[in-house]
Amino acid sequence: MTDTQSIIAGARSDRKANVYEIIDQLLTDFYELHGDHIVGDDPAVIAGLAKLSGFPVAVIATQKGNSLEDRMATHFGSPEPAGYRKSLRVMKLAEKLNFPIITLINTPGAYPGADAEASGQGQMIAKNISEMLKLKVPILTVIIGEAGSGGALALACSDQIWMFENSMYSVLSPEGFASIMWKDAHLADKAAKLMRLTPDWLLKQHAIHRVIPENMLTDGSLKTAMTGAIHDLAHQDVSKLLKKRADFFRRF
Amino acid sequence: MSLGEHVKRFSSRSVSMLKHYQAKVPSGIWQECPHCHASFYFKRAGQYRVCPECGYGFRVTAHRRLKMLTKQFEEWDTDLETKDPTEFPDYDRKIKKAQSATHLKDGVITGRAIIEDYPVALGIMDPLFIMGSLGTANGERITRMFEKATDQQLPVVLFTASGGARMQEGIYSLMQMAKISQAVNNHAAAGLAYIAVIMDPTTGGVTASFASQADITLAEPKALFGFTGKRVIEQTINKQLPDDFQSVENSYKRGFIDEIVSREEIPHRLGQLLSILEAKKWGDAK
Repeated sequence: MTDTQSIIAGARSDRKANVYEIIDQLLTDFYELHGDHIVGDDPAVIAGLAKLSGFPVAVIATQKGNSLEDRMATHFGSPEPAGYRKSLRVMKLAEKLNFPIITLINTPGAYPGADAEASGQGQMIAKNISEMLKLKVPILTVIIGEAGSGGALALACSDQIWMFENSMYSVLSPEGFASIMWKDAHLADKAAKLMRLTPDWLLKQHAIHRVIPENMLTDGSLKTAMTGAIHDLAHQDVSKLLKKRADFFRRF
Repeated sequence: MSLGEHVKRFSSRSVSMLKHYQAKVPSGIWQECPHCHASFYFKRAGQYRVCPECGYGFRVTAHRRLKMLTKQFEEWDTDLETKDPTEFPDYDRKIKKAQSATHLKDGVITGRAIIEDYPVALGIMDPLFIMGSLGTANGERITRMFEKATDQQLPVVLFTASGGARMQEGIYSLMQMAKISQAVNNHAAAGLAYIAVIMDPTTGGVTASFASQADITLAEPKALFGFTGKRVIEQTINKQLPDDFQSVENSYKRGFIDEIVSREEIPHRLGQLLSILEAKKWGDAK
Protein backbone atom coordinates (compact mmCIF):
# COMPACT_ATOMS: atom_id res chain seq x y z
CA MET A 1 0.00 0.00 0.00
CA THR A 2 1.30 3.48 -0.86
CA ASP A 3 1.15 6.28 1.71
CA THR A 4 -1.90 7.76 0.01
CA GLN A 5 -3.70 4.42 -0.05
CA SER A 6 -3.01 3.81 3.64
CA ILE A 7 -4.24 7.32 4.50
CA ILE A 8 -7.46 6.69 2.56
CA ALA A 9 -7.91 3.32 4.26
CA GLY A 10 -7.37 4.99 7.66
CA ALA A 11 -9.75 7.83 6.79
CA ARG A 12 -12.45 5.34 5.86
CA SER A 13 -11.86 2.93 8.75
CA ASP A 14 -14.81 1.75 10.82
CA ARG A 15 -13.22 3.21 13.94
CA LYS A 16 -14.09 6.68 12.66
CA ALA A 17 -17.59 5.88 11.47
CA ASN A 18 -19.40 6.64 14.72
CA VAL A 19 -18.95 10.29 15.53
CA TYR A 20 -20.96 10.01 18.78
CA GLU A 21 -17.95 8.21 20.28
CA ILE A 22 -15.65 11.02 19.17
CA ILE A 23 -18.03 13.64 20.59
CA ASP A 24 -17.95 11.70 23.89
CA GLN A 25 -14.17 11.77 23.93
CA LEU A 26 -13.98 15.52 23.34
CA LEU A 27 -17.06 17.07 24.93
CA THR A 28 -19.32 16.74 27.96
CA ASP A 29 -23.04 17.38 28.53
CA PHE A 30 -23.85 16.83 24.83
CA TYR A 31 -27.48 17.61 24.12
CA GLU A 32 -28.54 16.66 20.61
CA LEU A 33 -30.93 18.88 18.67
CA HIS A 34 -33.09 17.45 15.94
CA GLY A 35 -34.51 18.61 12.65
CA ASP A 36 -34.14 21.61 10.40
CA HIS A 37 -37.49 22.83 11.81
CA ILE A 38 -38.72 23.20 8.24
CA VAL A 39 -39.17 19.82 6.59
CA GLY A 40 -37.07 17.08 8.11
CA ASP A 41 -34.32 15.61 10.25
CA ASP A 42 -31.29 14.25 8.42
CA PRO A 43 -29.46 11.59 10.46
CA ALA A 44 -26.27 12.22 8.44
CA VAL A 45 -25.84 15.51 10.30
CA ILE A 46 -25.67 15.51 14.08
CA ALA A 47 -26.00 18.86 15.78
CA GLY A 48 -26.31 19.97 19.35
CA LEU A 49 -25.00 21.91 22.31
CA ALA A 50 -22.28 20.72 24.66
CA LYS A 51 -19.37 21.80 26.81
CA LEU A 52 -15.67 21.78 26.01
CA SER A 53 -13.58 21.92 29.19
CA GLY A 54 -16.59 23.41 30.96
CA PHE A 55 -17.34 26.14 28.41
CA PRO A 56 -20.41 26.02 26.13
CA VAL A 57 -20.06 25.19 22.44
CA ALA A 58 -22.27 24.15 19.54
CA VAL A 59 -21.18 21.03 17.72
CA ILE A 60 -22.09 19.91 14.22
CA ALA A 61 -20.85 16.60 12.88
CA THR A 62 -21.41 14.27 9.97
CA GLN A 63 -22.22 10.70 10.91
CA LYS A 64 -21.67 7.54 8.87
CA GLY A 65 -22.69 5.01 11.52
CA ASN A 66 -21.46 1.46 12.06
CA SER A 67 -24.53 -0.69 11.45
CA LEU A 68 -25.94 -1.33 8.00
CA GLU A 69 -29.22 0.37 8.99
CA ASP A 70 -27.39 3.49 10.13
CA ARG A 71 -25.32 3.58 6.99
CA MET A 72 -28.38 3.29 4.81
CA ALA A 73 -30.12 6.04 6.78
CA THR A 74 -27.13 8.39 6.63
CA HIS A 75 -26.14 7.38 3.06
CA PHE A 76 -22.66 6.69 4.47
CA GLY A 77 -22.46 10.12 6.00
CA SER A 78 -23.71 12.09 3.00
CA PRO A 79 -25.99 14.95 4.08
CA GLU A 80 -29.19 15.95 2.32
CA PRO A 81 -30.46 19.54 2.10
CA ALA A 82 -32.31 19.07 5.41
CA GLY A 83 -28.96 18.22 7.02
CA TYR A 84 -27.41 21.44 5.80
CA ARG A 85 -30.45 23.37 6.99
CA LYS A 86 -30.12 21.73 10.42
CA SER A 87 -26.46 22.66 10.46
CA LEU A 88 -27.20 26.28 9.58
CA ARG A 89 -29.98 26.48 12.13
CA VAL A 90 -27.66 25.37 14.94
CA MET A 91 -24.84 27.61 13.72
CA LYS A 92 -27.20 30.59 13.87
CA LEU A 93 -28.27 29.55 17.36
CA ALA A 94 -24.61 29.42 18.39
CA GLU A 95 -24.08 32.91 17.00
CA LYS A 96 -27.06 34.22 18.95
CA LEU A 97 -25.85 32.62 22.18
CA ASN A 98 -22.22 33.60 21.47
CA PHE A 99 -21.06 29.99 21.60
CA PRO A 100 -18.05 28.91 19.54
CA ILE A 101 -18.80 26.24 16.90
CA ILE A 102 -17.00 22.94 16.42
CA THR A 103 -17.58 20.97 13.22
CA LEU A 104 -16.41 17.37 12.93
CA ILE A 105 -16.29 16.15 9.33
CA ASN A 106 -16.41 12.65 7.92
CA THR A 107 -18.31 12.72 4.66
CA PRO A 108 -17.56 11.63 1.10
CA GLY A 109 -19.76 14.55 -0.01
CA ALA A 110 -23.35 15.72 -0.21
CA TYR A 111 -25.81 12.92 -1.00
CA PRO A 112 -26.27 12.57 -4.78
CA GLY A 113 -29.91 11.48 -4.64
CA ALA A 114 -32.74 12.64 -6.88
CA ASP A 115 -34.82 14.15 -4.07
CA ALA A 116 -31.76 15.87 -2.59
CA GLU A 117 -30.99 17.35 -5.99
CA ALA A 118 -34.56 18.46 -6.62
CA SER A 119 -34.89 20.09 -3.22
CA GLY A 120 -31.84 22.27 -3.68
CA GLN A 121 -28.68 20.47 -2.56
CA GLY A 122 -26.49 22.94 -4.48
CA GLN A 123 -28.45 25.95 -3.26
CA MET A 124 -28.21 24.85 0.40
CA ILE A 125 -24.45 24.36 0.16
CA ALA A 126 -24.11 27.79 -1.46
CA LYS A 127 -26.13 29.32 1.37
CA ASN A 128 -24.19 27.58 4.13
CA ILE A 129 -20.83 28.63 2.70
CA SER A 130 -22.06 32.21 2.49
CA GLU A 131 -23.52 32.20 6.02
CA MET A 132 -20.54 30.46 7.66
CA LEU A 133 -18.22 33.16 6.36
CA LYS A 134 -20.35 35.73 8.20
CA LEU A 135 -20.81 34.01 11.59
CA LYS A 136 -19.60 36.24 14.41
CA VAL A 137 -18.37 33.38 16.59
CA PRO A 138 -15.19 31.28 16.34
CA ILE A 139 -15.42 28.10 14.24
CA LEU A 140 -13.04 25.17 14.60
CA THR A 141 -13.24 22.30 12.11
CA VAL A 142 -11.68 18.89 12.63
CA ILE A 143 -11.61 16.57 9.62
CA ILE A 144 -11.93 13.16 11.17
CA GLY A 145 -11.99 10.89 8.11
CA GLU A 146 -13.20 11.90 4.67
CA ALA A 147 -13.96 15.45 3.57
CA GLY A 148 -15.14 15.54 -0.01
CA SER A 149 -16.36 18.33 -2.25
CA GLY A 150 -18.75 21.20 -1.58
CA GLY A 151 -20.60 18.92 0.84
CA ALA A 152 -17.58 19.13 3.17
CA LEU A 153 -16.75 22.78 2.42
CA ALA A 154 -20.27 23.70 3.59
CA LEU A 155 -19.07 22.72 7.09
CA ALA A 156 -15.48 23.95 6.77
CA CYS A 157 -15.53 27.71 6.11
CA SER A 158 -13.87 28.05 9.49
CA ASP A 159 -11.21 29.93 11.45
CA GLN A 160 -9.16 26.82 12.13
CA ILE A 161 -9.20 23.65 10.02
CA TRP A 162 -7.43 20.65 11.50
CA MET A 163 -6.98 17.19 10.00
CA PHE A 164 -6.16 13.84 11.52
CA GLU A 165 -3.03 12.16 10.13
CA ASN A 166 -5.28 9.55 8.55
CA SER A 167 -7.84 11.78 6.91
CA MET A 168 -8.40 13.26 3.46
CA TYR A 169 -9.76 16.50 2.05
CA SER A 170 -10.43 16.87 -1.64
CA VAL A 171 -12.44 18.54 -4.36
CA LEU A 172 -14.31 15.26 -4.88
CA SER A 173 -14.07 11.66 -3.69
CA PRO A 174 -11.43 9.66 -5.62
CA GLU A 175 -14.28 7.61 -7.14
CA GLY A 176 -16.10 10.74 -8.32
CA PHE A 177 -12.87 12.21 -9.63
CA ALA A 178 -12.11 9.06 -11.64
CA SER A 179 -15.65 9.01 -12.94
CA ILE A 180 -15.39 12.59 -14.21
CA MET A 181 -11.85 12.37 -15.59
CA TRP A 182 -11.94 8.90 -17.13
CA LYS A 183 -15.63 7.90 -16.88
CA ASP A 184 -14.63 4.95 -14.68
CA ALA A 185 -15.07 5.03 -10.90
CA HIS A 186 -12.88 1.91 -10.60
CA LEU A 187 -9.81 4.00 -11.33
CA ALA A 188 -10.09 5.59 -7.88
CA ASP A 189 -6.59 4.44 -6.87
CA LYS A 190 -5.07 6.16 -9.89
CA ALA A 191 -7.14 9.27 -9.08
CA ALA A 192 -6.08 9.32 -5.43
CA LYS A 193 -2.41 9.47 -6.41
CA LEU A 194 -2.98 12.56 -8.54
CA MET A 195 -5.44 14.32 -6.23
CA ARG A 196 -3.08 15.42 -3.47
CA LEU A 197 -5.66 14.91 -0.77
CA THR A 198 -3.26 14.09 2.08
CA PRO A 199 -2.92 16.26 5.21
CA ASP A 200 0.81 16.93 4.83
CA TRP A 201 0.44 18.32 1.29
CA LEU A 202 -2.62 20.36 2.25
CA LEU A 203 -0.76 21.83 5.23
CA LYS A 204 2.12 22.87 2.94
CA GLN A 205 -0.42 24.67 0.72
CA HIS A 206 -1.93 26.35 3.81
CA ALA A 207 -5.30 24.82 2.93
CA ILE A 208 -5.50 23.61 6.54
CA HIS A 209 -3.96 24.81 9.79
CA ARG A 210 -2.79 21.72 11.59
CA VAL A 211 -2.27 17.95 11.28
CA ILE A 212 -3.23 15.92 14.33
CA PRO A 213 -1.57 12.61 15.19
CA GLU A 214 -4.22 9.90 15.67
CA ASN A 215 -3.33 9.25 19.32
CA MET A 216 -4.20 12.81 20.34
CA LEU A 217 -7.86 11.82 20.43
CA THR A 218 -7.39 8.97 22.90
CA ASP A 219 -4.77 10.53 25.16
CA GLY A 220 -6.86 13.65 25.72
CA SER A 221 -4.36 16.08 24.19
CA LEU A 222 -6.68 16.95 21.28
CA LYS A 223 -9.27 18.20 23.75
CA THR A 224 -6.62 20.36 25.40
CA ALA A 225 -5.44 21.71 22.06
CA MET A 226 -9.01 22.53 20.97
CA THR A 227 -9.70 24.29 24.24
CA GLY A 228 -6.59 26.43 23.79
CA ALA A 229 -7.37 27.26 20.17
CA ILE A 230 -10.98 28.25 20.85
CA HIS A 231 -9.87 30.26 23.86
CA ASP A 232 -7.51 32.25 21.63
CA LEU A 233 -10.14 32.73 18.91
CA ALA A 234 -12.80 33.77 21.42
CA HIS A 235 -10.56 36.55 22.69
CA GLN A 236 -10.11 38.07 19.27
CA ASP A 237 -12.05 41.08 18.19
CA VAL A 238 -14.95 39.91 15.97
CA SER A 239 -14.07 42.08 12.99
CA LYS A 240 -10.49 40.81 13.15
CA LEU A 241 -11.73 37.24 13.36
CA LEU A 242 -13.91 37.64 10.26
CA LYS A 243 -11.15 39.43 8.38
CA LYS A 244 -8.72 36.58 9.09
CA ARG A 245 -11.30 33.98 8.07
CA ALA A 246 -11.86 35.81 4.77
CA ASP A 247 -8.12 36.30 4.15
CA PHE A 248 -7.48 32.60 4.59
CA PHE A 249 -9.66 31.76 1.58
CA ARG A 250 -8.70 34.89 -0.38
CA ARG A 251 -5.17 33.61 -0.94
CA PHE A 252 -6.24 30.74 -3.21
CA MET B 1 -35.63 -11.77 -58.19
CA SER B 2 -37.69 -12.01 -55.04
CA LEU B 3 -39.22 -9.01 -53.39
CA GLY B 4 -36.86 -9.39 -50.41
CA GLU B 5 -33.83 -9.20 -52.68
CA HIS B 6 -35.25 -6.14 -54.41
CA VAL B 7 -35.66 -4.35 -51.11
CA LYS B 8 -32.17 -5.32 -50.01
CA ARG B 9 -30.56 -4.09 -53.23
CA PHE B 10 -32.58 -0.93 -53.26
CA SER B 11 -31.81 -0.01 -49.65
CA SER B 12 -28.09 -0.73 -49.85
CA ARG B 13 -27.96 1.44 -52.94
CA SER B 14 -29.78 4.33 -51.31
CA VAL B 15 -27.56 4.17 -48.24
CA SER B 16 -24.45 4.46 -50.36
CA MET B 17 -26.02 7.27 -52.42
CA LEU B 18 -26.97 9.09 -49.24
CA LYS B 19 -23.42 8.80 -47.94
CA HIS B 20 -22.15 10.06 -51.25
CA TYR B 21 -24.32 13.16 -51.12
CA GLN B 22 -23.75 13.75 -47.42
CA ALA B 23 -20.03 13.91 -48.05
CA LYS B 24 -20.64 16.84 -50.39
CA VAL B 25 -22.46 18.92 -47.74
CA PRO B 26 -19.96 21.06 -45.80
CA SER B 27 -20.08 20.26 -42.08
CA GLY B 28 -21.87 22.78 -39.91
CA ILE B 29 -24.46 23.67 -42.56
CA TRP B 30 -26.98 21.24 -41.15
CA GLN B 31 -27.26 21.36 -37.38
CA GLU B 32 -28.93 19.26 -34.76
CA CYS B 33 -30.30 20.73 -31.55
CA PRO B 34 -28.76 18.85 -28.59
CA HIS B 35 -31.94 19.47 -26.64
CA CYS B 36 -34.87 18.56 -28.94
CA HIS B 37 -32.77 16.86 -31.65
CA ALA B 38 -34.47 18.79 -34.42
CA SER B 39 -32.27 19.20 -37.51
CA PHE B 40 -32.18 22.51 -39.35
CA TYR B 41 -30.19 24.67 -41.74
CA PHE B 42 -27.68 26.49 -39.51
CA LYS B 43 -28.77 29.99 -40.51
CA ARG B 44 -32.17 29.40 -38.93
CA ALA B 45 -30.48 29.59 -35.50
CA GLY B 46 -29.93 33.26 -36.29
CA GLN B 47 -27.46 35.68 -34.72
CA TYR B 48 -28.45 34.54 -31.21
CA ARG B 49 -27.74 30.88 -32.00
CA VAL B 50 -31.08 29.57 -30.76
CA CYS B 51 -32.83 26.37 -31.88
CA PRO B 52 -35.77 27.46 -34.10
CA GLU B 53 -37.84 24.52 -32.84
CA CYS B 54 -37.49 24.53 -29.04
CA GLY B 55 -35.72 27.77 -28.13
CA TYR B 56 -32.62 26.13 -26.65
CA GLY B 57 -29.62 28.46 -26.82
CA PHE B 58 -26.49 26.87 -28.24
CA ARG B 59 -23.33 27.10 -26.16
CA VAL B 60 -21.27 30.00 -27.43
CA THR B 61 -17.93 31.50 -26.44
CA ALA B 62 -17.89 34.29 -23.89
CA HIS B 63 -16.74 36.75 -26.56
CA ARG B 64 -19.66 35.90 -28.81
CA ARG B 65 -22.05 36.19 -25.86
CA LEU B 66 -20.64 39.61 -25.03
CA LYS B 67 -21.48 40.81 -28.55
CA MET B 68 -25.10 39.80 -27.96
CA LEU B 69 -25.26 42.00 -24.85
CA THR B 70 -23.41 45.24 -25.33
CA LYS B 71 -20.93 47.18 -27.42
CA GLN B 72 -19.64 49.18 -24.47
CA PHE B 73 -17.23 47.06 -22.50
CA GLU B 74 -13.97 47.77 -20.74
CA GLU B 75 -12.27 44.50 -19.87
CA TRP B 76 -10.60 43.80 -16.50
CA ASP B 77 -7.80 41.42 -15.45
CA THR B 78 -7.11 39.95 -18.88
CA ASP B 79 -3.77 38.39 -17.94
CA LEU B 80 -4.78 35.97 -15.18
CA GLU B 81 -3.64 32.47 -16.00
CA THR B 82 -3.48 29.28 -13.94
CA LYS B 83 -0.19 28.35 -12.28
CA ASP B 84 -1.13 24.65 -12.26
CA PRO B 85 -1.11 24.44 -8.45
CA THR B 86 -1.27 20.65 -8.17
CA GLU B 87 1.17 20.02 -11.06
CA PHE B 88 -1.39 17.86 -12.80
CA PRO B 89 -0.13 15.74 -15.70
CA ASP B 90 -0.91 17.12 -19.16
CA TYR B 91 -2.87 20.05 -17.73
CA ASP B 92 -0.75 22.72 -19.45
CA ARG B 93 -1.50 21.17 -22.84
CA LYS B 94 -5.24 21.14 -22.08
CA ILE B 95 -5.09 24.80 -21.05
CA LYS B 96 -3.30 25.83 -24.25
CA LYS B 97 -5.90 24.05 -26.35
CA ALA B 98 -8.76 25.76 -24.49
CA GLN B 99 -7.02 29.12 -24.80
CA SER B 100 -6.76 28.88 -28.57
CA ALA B 101 -10.37 27.69 -28.89
CA THR B 102 -11.82 30.55 -26.84
CA HIS B 103 -9.23 33.35 -27.17
CA LEU B 104 -9.25 33.61 -23.38
CA LYS B 105 -6.57 32.97 -20.75
CA ASP B 106 -9.15 31.08 -18.71
CA GLY B 107 -12.89 30.46 -18.68
CA VAL B 108 -14.42 33.89 -18.00
CA ILE B 109 -14.40 37.48 -19.20
CA THR B 110 -15.09 40.28 -16.76
CA GLY B 111 -15.24 44.02 -16.99
CA ARG B 112 -17.26 47.19 -16.78
CA ALA B 113 -20.12 47.26 -19.23
CA ILE B 114 -23.03 49.45 -20.13
CA ILE B 115 -26.24 47.44 -20.51
CA GLU B 116 -29.23 49.44 -21.73
CA ASP B 117 -27.65 52.66 -20.40
CA TYR B 118 -26.77 51.22 -16.99
CA PRO B 119 -23.15 50.69 -15.90
CA VAL B 120 -22.58 47.25 -14.41
CA ALA B 121 -19.78 44.86 -13.56
CA LEU B 122 -20.29 42.12 -16.11
CA GLY B 123 -18.96 38.56 -16.03
CA ILE B 124 -19.49 35.91 -18.69
CA MET B 125 -18.27 32.37 -18.13
CA ASP B 126 -17.19 30.42 -21.19
CA PRO B 127 -18.71 26.94 -21.43
CA LEU B 128 -16.17 26.01 -24.10
CA PHE B 129 -13.10 26.54 -21.87
CA ILE B 130 -12.63 23.07 -20.28
CA MET B 131 -16.43 22.96 -19.80
CA GLY B 132 -16.36 26.31 -18.03
CA SER B 133 -14.86 24.53 -15.03
CA LEU B 134 -13.88 26.64 -12.03
CA GLY B 135 -10.16 26.97 -11.42
CA THR B 136 -7.80 29.45 -9.78
CA ALA B 137 -7.56 31.85 -12.74
CA ASN B 138 -11.24 32.29 -13.58
CA GLY B 139 -12.04 32.08 -9.85
CA GLU B 140 -9.65 34.94 -9.16
CA ARG B 141 -11.09 36.96 -12.02
CA ILE B 142 -14.65 36.55 -10.75
CA THR B 143 -13.51 37.44 -7.22
CA ARG B 144 -11.81 40.61 -8.46
CA MET B 145 -14.91 41.50 -10.45
CA PHE B 146 -17.00 41.46 -7.26
CA GLU B 147 -14.29 43.40 -5.41
CA LYS B 148 -14.05 46.06 -8.13
CA ALA B 149 -17.84 46.26 -8.30
CA THR B 150 -17.91 46.84 -4.54
CA ASP B 151 -15.27 49.58 -4.78
CA GLN B 152 -16.99 51.25 -7.75
CA GLN B 153 -20.50 50.81 -6.32
CA LEU B 154 -21.65 48.82 -9.36
CA PRO B 155 -24.27 46.08 -9.53
CA VAL B 156 -23.02 42.73 -10.83
CA VAL B 157 -24.49 40.79 -13.75
CA LEU B 158 -22.91 37.36 -14.03
CA PHE B 159 -23.64 34.80 -16.76
CA THR B 160 -22.81 31.37 -15.34
CA ALA B 161 -21.86 28.25 -17.27
CA SER B 162 -19.73 25.56 -15.74
CA GLY B 163 -19.20 21.84 -15.50
CA GLY B 164 -18.26 22.50 -11.84
CA ALA B 165 -14.94 22.39 -10.06
CA ARG B 166 -11.83 22.01 -12.23
CA MET B 167 -10.59 18.57 -11.25
CA GLN B 168 -7.02 19.34 -12.34
CA GLU B 169 -6.74 22.05 -9.68
CA GLY B 170 -7.92 19.90 -6.77
CA ILE B 171 -8.38 21.63 -3.43
CA TYR B 172 -7.49 24.98 -5.04
CA SER B 173 -10.63 24.67 -7.12
CA LEU B 174 -12.75 23.88 -4.04
CA MET B 175 -11.32 26.93 -2.25
CA GLN B 176 -12.54 29.19 -5.08
CA MET B 177 -16.08 28.52 -3.90
CA ALA B 178 -15.34 30.04 -0.49
CA LYS B 179 -13.18 32.82 -1.94
CA ILE B 180 -15.83 33.98 -4.41
CA SER B 181 -18.63 33.58 -1.83
CA GLN B 182 -16.74 35.96 0.46
CA ALA B 183 -16.47 38.54 -2.35
CA VAL B 184 -20.20 38.13 -3.04
CA ASN B 185 -20.88 38.67 0.68
CA ASN B 186 -18.86 41.90 0.73
CA HIS B 187 -20.62 43.15 -2.40
CA ALA B 188 -23.99 42.34 -0.80
CA ALA B 189 -23.00 44.03 2.48
CA ALA B 190 -22.40 47.23 0.50
CA GLY B 191 -26.07 47.13 -0.51
CA LEU B 192 -25.32 46.38 -4.14
CA ALA B 193 -27.43 44.12 -6.36
CA TYR B 194 -26.28 40.89 -7.99
CA ILE B 195 -28.13 39.32 -10.94
CA ALA B 196 -27.15 35.84 -12.11
CA VAL B 197 -28.12 34.51 -15.53
CA ILE B 198 -27.97 30.71 -15.60
CA MET B 199 -26.68 29.45 -18.95
CA ASP B 200 -26.29 25.91 -20.22
CA PRO B 201 -24.81 24.11 -18.32
CA THR B 202 -24.45 25.43 -14.76
CA THR B 203 -23.51 22.63 -12.39
CA GLY B 204 -21.38 21.35 -9.50
CA GLY B 205 -19.36 23.75 -7.38
CA VAL B 206 -20.56 26.78 -9.32
CA THR B 207 -24.19 25.91 -8.55
CA ALA B 208 -23.14 25.20 -4.96
CA SER B 209 -21.67 28.68 -4.58
CA PHE B 210 -21.97 31.97 -6.47
CA ALA B 211 -24.52 30.87 -9.12
CA SER B 212 -26.98 30.33 -6.24
CA GLN B 213 -26.11 33.45 -4.25
CA ALA B 214 -27.64 36.12 -6.48
CA ASP B 215 -30.47 38.44 -5.47
CA ILE B 216 -32.26 37.83 -8.76
CA THR B 217 -31.75 34.71 -10.82
CA LEU B 218 -32.65 34.56 -14.51
CA ALA B 219 -32.09 31.60 -16.80
CA GLU B 220 -31.99 30.76 -20.48
CA PRO B 221 -34.61 28.36 -21.83
CA LYS B 222 -33.79 24.64 -21.63
CA ALA B 223 -30.45 25.25 -19.87
CA LEU B 224 -29.21 22.55 -17.52
CA PHE B 225 -28.93 23.70 -13.89
CA GLY B 226 -27.98 21.30 -11.13
CA PHE B 227 -25.43 20.21 -8.56
CA THR B 228 -24.73 16.50 -9.03
CA GLY B 229 -24.37 15.07 -12.54
CA LYS B 230 -27.41 13.16 -13.74
CA ARG B 231 -25.37 10.01 -14.42
CA VAL B 232 -24.09 9.96 -10.83
CA ILE B 233 -27.59 10.40 -9.42
CA GLU B 234 -28.90 7.58 -11.62
CA GLN B 235 -26.12 5.28 -10.44
CA THR B 236 -26.81 6.21 -6.81
CA ILE B 237 -30.55 5.59 -6.87
CA ASN B 238 -30.39 2.87 -9.53
CA LYS B 239 -33.12 4.48 -11.57
CA GLN B 240 -33.34 6.40 -14.84
CA LEU B 241 -34.28 10.06 -14.56
CA PRO B 242 -36.27 12.02 -17.13
CA ASP B 243 -34.17 14.02 -19.62
CA ASP B 244 -35.44 17.34 -18.27
CA PHE B 245 -34.75 16.46 -14.60
CA GLN B 246 -32.26 19.31 -14.21
CA SER B 247 -33.77 21.74 -16.71
CA VAL B 248 -34.21 25.35 -15.62
CA GLU B 249 -37.91 24.88 -16.39
CA ASN B 250 -38.01 22.36 -13.52
CA SER B 251 -35.82 24.55 -11.31
CA TYR B 252 -38.28 27.36 -11.94
CA LYS B 253 -41.19 25.15 -10.83
CA ARG B 254 -39.26 24.18 -7.70
CA GLY B 255 -38.76 27.85 -6.86
CA PHE B 256 -35.06 28.42 -7.52
CA ILE B 257 -35.33 30.80 -10.48
CA ASP B 258 -37.13 34.13 -10.90
CA GLU B 259 -37.68 34.03 -14.66
CA ILE B 260 -36.70 32.14 -17.78
CA VAL B 261 -35.83 34.66 -20.47
CA SER B 262 -35.06 34.04 -24.15
CA ARG B 263 -31.53 34.92 -25.24
CA GLU B 264 -32.75 37.73 -27.43
CA GLU B 265 -34.78 39.31 -24.61
CA ILE B 266 -32.04 39.18 -21.95
CA PRO B 267 -30.48 42.65 -22.49
CA HIS B 268 -33.90 44.26 -22.39
CA ARG B 269 -34.89 42.35 -19.26
CA LEU B 270 -31.63 43.33 -17.54
CA GLY B 271 -32.36 46.94 -18.46
CA GLN B 272 -35.83 46.68 -16.96
CA LEU B 273 -34.45 45.27 -13.71
CA LEU B 274 -31.57 47.74 -13.53
CA SER B 275 -33.98 50.65 -13.98
CA ILE B 276 -35.59 49.63 -10.67
CA LEU B 277 -32.46 48.45 -8.85
CA GLU B 278 -30.49 51.57 -9.78
CA ALA B 279 -33.30 54.08 -9.34
CA LYS B 280 -32.69 57.00 -7.01
CA LYS B 281 -33.75 55.88 -3.52
CA TRP B 282 -36.26 57.45 -1.15
CA GLY B 283 -34.59 60.06 0.95
CA ASP B 284 -31.53 60.31 -1.32
CA ALA B 285 -30.30 63.87 -1.80
CA LYS B 286 -30.67 65.27 -5.34
